[in-house]
Amino acid sequence: MAENPHSDPSATEPKADEHIAQHHHPDWKTYVKVGAVLTAITIWEVWAYYIPSVVASRIFVPMLLTLSAVKFATVVMFYMHLKYDHRLFRVLFTGPLLIAALTLISLLFLFGQLVARFGR
Amino acid sequence: MTAPAAHHYTSTGLDSRKIAIWAFIGSECMLFVSLISTYLIYKGRSLVGPFPHDVYTNPAGETFNPILNIPVTSASTFVLLMSSLAMVLALAAVQNKDLPKHTRGERVLGSSKLWLWMTALLGTTFLGFQAYEFTSFVHEGLSIRTNLFGSSFFTLTGFHGAHVTAGVIWLVTLLAIDYRRGLGPNDALNVDIAALYWHFVDVVWIVIFTVVYLLK
Amino acid sequence: MATTAVPTRGTHHTATAPSYQSGVWSWLATVDHKRIGILYLYTALTFFIIGGLEAVLIRAQLQGPNRELLSAEMYNQLFTMHGTTMIFLAIMPLSAAFFNFLIPLQIGARDVAFPRLNAFSYWVYLFGGIFITLPIFFQLAPNAGWFGYAPLTTREYSPGINIDFWVIGLQILGVSSLAAAFNFITTIINLRAPGMTLMRMPMFTWMSFVVQVLIVLAFPVITIALVFLLFDRFFGTNFYTIAQGADPLLWQHLFWIFGHPEVYILILPAFGLVSEVLPASSRKPLFGYPVMVYSGILIGALGFGVWAHHMFAVGMGAIADSVFAVSTLLIGIPTGVKIFNWIGTMAQGSIRFTSAALFAIGLVALFTIGGISGVMHASPPADLQQTDTYFVVAHFHYVLFGGSIMGIFAGIYHYFPKITGRLMDEPLGKIHFWLNFIAMNLTFFPMHFAGMLGMPRRIYTYDSGQGWDTFNLISSIGAYMLVVSTAIFVYNFFRSRKNGEVAGANPWDAGTLEWSIPSPPPEYNFATLPNVTSRYPLWEGNEKDMESARVNLQEGKTAEQLHIVLPYSTIKPLIVAGAMVIMFCGLITTKALIFVGAAVLVGSLYSWLLSPLEPEHH
Ligand SMILES: [Cu+2]
Repeated sequence: MAENPHSDPSATEPKADEHIAQHHHPDWKTYVKVGAVLTAITIWEVWAYYIPSVVASRIFVPMLLTLSAVKFATVVMFYMHLKYDHRLFRVLFTGPLLIAALTLISLLFLFGQLVARFGR
Repeated sequence: MTAPAAHHYTSTGLDSRKIAIWAFIGSECMLFVSLISTYLIYKGRSLVGPFPHDVYTNPAGETFNPILNIPVTSASTFVLLMSSLAMVLALAAVQNKDLPKHTRGERVLGSSKLWLWMTALLGTTFLGFQAYEFTSFVHEGLSIRTNLFGSSFFTLTGFHGAHVTAGVIWLVTLLAIDYRRGLGPNDALNVDIAALYWHFVDVVWIVIFTVVYLLK
Repeated sequence: MATTAVPTRGTHHTATAPSYQSGVWSWLATVDHKRIGILYLYTALTFFIIGGLEAVLIRAQLQGPNRELLSAEMYNQLFTMHGTTMIFLAIMPLSAAFFNFLIPLQIGARDVAFPRLNAFSYWVYLFGGIFITLPIFFQLAPNAGWFGYAPLTTREYSPGINIDFWVIGLQILGVSSLAAAFNFITTIINLRAPGMTLMRMPMFTWMSFVVQVLIVLAFPVITIALVFLLFDRFFGTNFYTIAQGADPLLWQHLFWIFGHPEVYILILPAFGLVSEVLPASSRKPLFGYPVMVYSGILIGALGFGVWAHHMFAVGMGAIADSVFAVSTLLIGIPTGVKIFNWIGTMAQGSIRFTSAALFAIGLVALFTIGGISGVMHASPPADLQQTDTYFVVAHFHYVLFGGSIMGIFAGIYHYFPKITGRLMDEPLGKIHFWLNFIAMNLTFFPMHFAGMLGMPRRIYTYDSGQGWDTFNLISSIGAYMLVVSTAIFVYNFFRSRKNGEVAGANPWDAGTLEWSIPSPPPEYNFATLPNVTSRYPLWEGNEKDMESARVNLQEGKTAEQLHIVLPYSTIKPLIVAGAMVIMFCGLITTKALIFVGAAVLVGSLYSWLLSPLEPEHH
């Protein structure tokens, strides 16, 4: 057997992993529902933009950022099927995303774009 | 787009190309964060207009309206979101190519060509919106040279547009393969990788739409 | 079953079938990670010598007060290119030579995950290196420092073509590093042999993995900073135009968000090499292996939160200064842990003081000095005194020369027998080490004093009577001695390649997987994929490991005889890389070149992606 170099030496375990990864995708109904949710959130966002009292209120910015984050997470989890996929991919994505987000926030502080929102 | 090298042993049981595309997407996070950071750092710092959300009157007395066109961009945002929906359906169609299809609905859902076409067309529509936006901005007096807003806005959205363009070319290539020999479950990984890229570009736009267009 | 004649598969492919041919073509079309590693090694050594000669010219100019060997302009070009060359064209690619050669061998793989992408990375590096190096011979080289601070580098203040070479050249080199990083991340995650768990991975592979992650996250930032500069210079955007309200610190922040991780990109591979050399020469496993892994990861992670310590002098305010000072001091902890673990590895070992071991010990000593001076300017008040003086020059040369270069030399002496099958000459190696060690300290230690006495960086000459003369003279003498020691190394390298003592598979009795196969390794690396049960399979392995090791030592069998499928050789990665560089050249010559380059790029890329990597498997 030693002469057969590409015989898969320990095929069982990883293959099982792959199986889980490949065959737990949601069906098209879920995808359409997700699409509807994304559309609804987008309408909500644009609606908020056009209501002066909302724009003037304190919740405008946090609300829009939250809505955007929800859309972001929804696409990543369902359409990019990170929710169902191997956890390695989650690490490969969330690690860099975290560093990117922290870099963005630090830069905004350093350039004084965030300071004004604290204190008063 | 070569056939998966199934005979090669891998430690995780996953295909190497999928690991690479996720690493690439992680890297792209830093790329777009650099662009978005710069846009935000320069927000409100332009010395001359036109401005994104405010009226500007120059020393000569000319008045420039807020330049961002929210209705048009909302439409293009919706188009890009729908392209992501079409993309997941295309991937599902490729993965389920071998399943029997009895009803008309199943045949429609199972047509990878239809959904790939749909994705590519919606992507192209988005690019059309962007081209319209860019040219109208230039007509209204905002170019990439006008002010800090112009430089950072056109570079950020232009980079995103370039990514969409690359994605459309990728989709068209997949379509060409589909027409030549048909995409089947064996190609699911190739379509999956293209889809991951496509959704990521969509996700970036979700952030840009809020940060650039909606936040005043 | 094994002896049955198998129908020769893929006979119709014989023209392009992979085999160990020689000749120029075989190198141009190679996708073998070992050959690509060797190409990296030779190219990077060439650039190392070029960068070294640039430094010698600088030292000749500064040897005494008011010398006129070089004009101010030429001096600017030389220090810019010395830094750029050593960082991007010498140390990073020397590390890449080891990534290429060693990672697949250390994890028990036949090649990297994407062999053709690997070739592409090398060719982009070569062409980009030539692109950025050639101008110095026409006195047109970049002249604003390796950090290229904007707005100094904008068209307004640097109207010439010099900075164009720098902006475009770094952009090209970034593509090479990024492509290689995706490749190695995937390789290390996915191509480990059975049983090679993460916590059994050799330390060099671990540190390389951290480095690839750093590249993937840091290079996009400088890519964007360079895109802004490129757009400012070529298309009239305002990212760095102060008159339009641009912030003069934007470039500095973006650059150092990349720049600080970059110093770990430069040093961690050397740390990895030393972590292989010291156990082998102390005949003891690495002390505190898990802590070494975690400290490496921690160095990498913290490395993204310290960048503004390069900017204490710009006046960021007390809060920002304090935050970055604290995070910078924190990073000293995992680094110190590494130093102590190396000492722990050597403690009570029966150390063989080979040339490789000497260089590794040299790193431990000299990097510590550089680390300590680094901790000094982690403190903003101290940094305000030291910044932009020769004290900083002394600091980072202890880290980069005393650290990275010493580590890489240790790696070369250690792995030369694996790469070539022959040992490097030990007496010459020891002369090289001692001369190098003395000359290095002679060159860089006096710079601490010159800096403390106020000598600024980047000045092309100085008046006497400021107390700097003697220190500069000593530094220059040290630099000339470094030329001699490097010449001895180069002589030893080429002499040993032809006439060195035959090494055998494992001349150092080392314990890791790469020593279980012949030297030089066959094109397929491992006849059978090894089964790994411990961190040092050749030291602690059970009978099963030994059996696979013995199988792997059956020399002289071809891949064909063993039925191992290897990728085709192909010239396409080279063509794609060339087309990309031609496209970039269009920016500074004629726009037509951009279209020609783009057309060839797209065509050859499609041809690459649509052609199979290797013969169909049956
Ligand atoms: Cu630093």
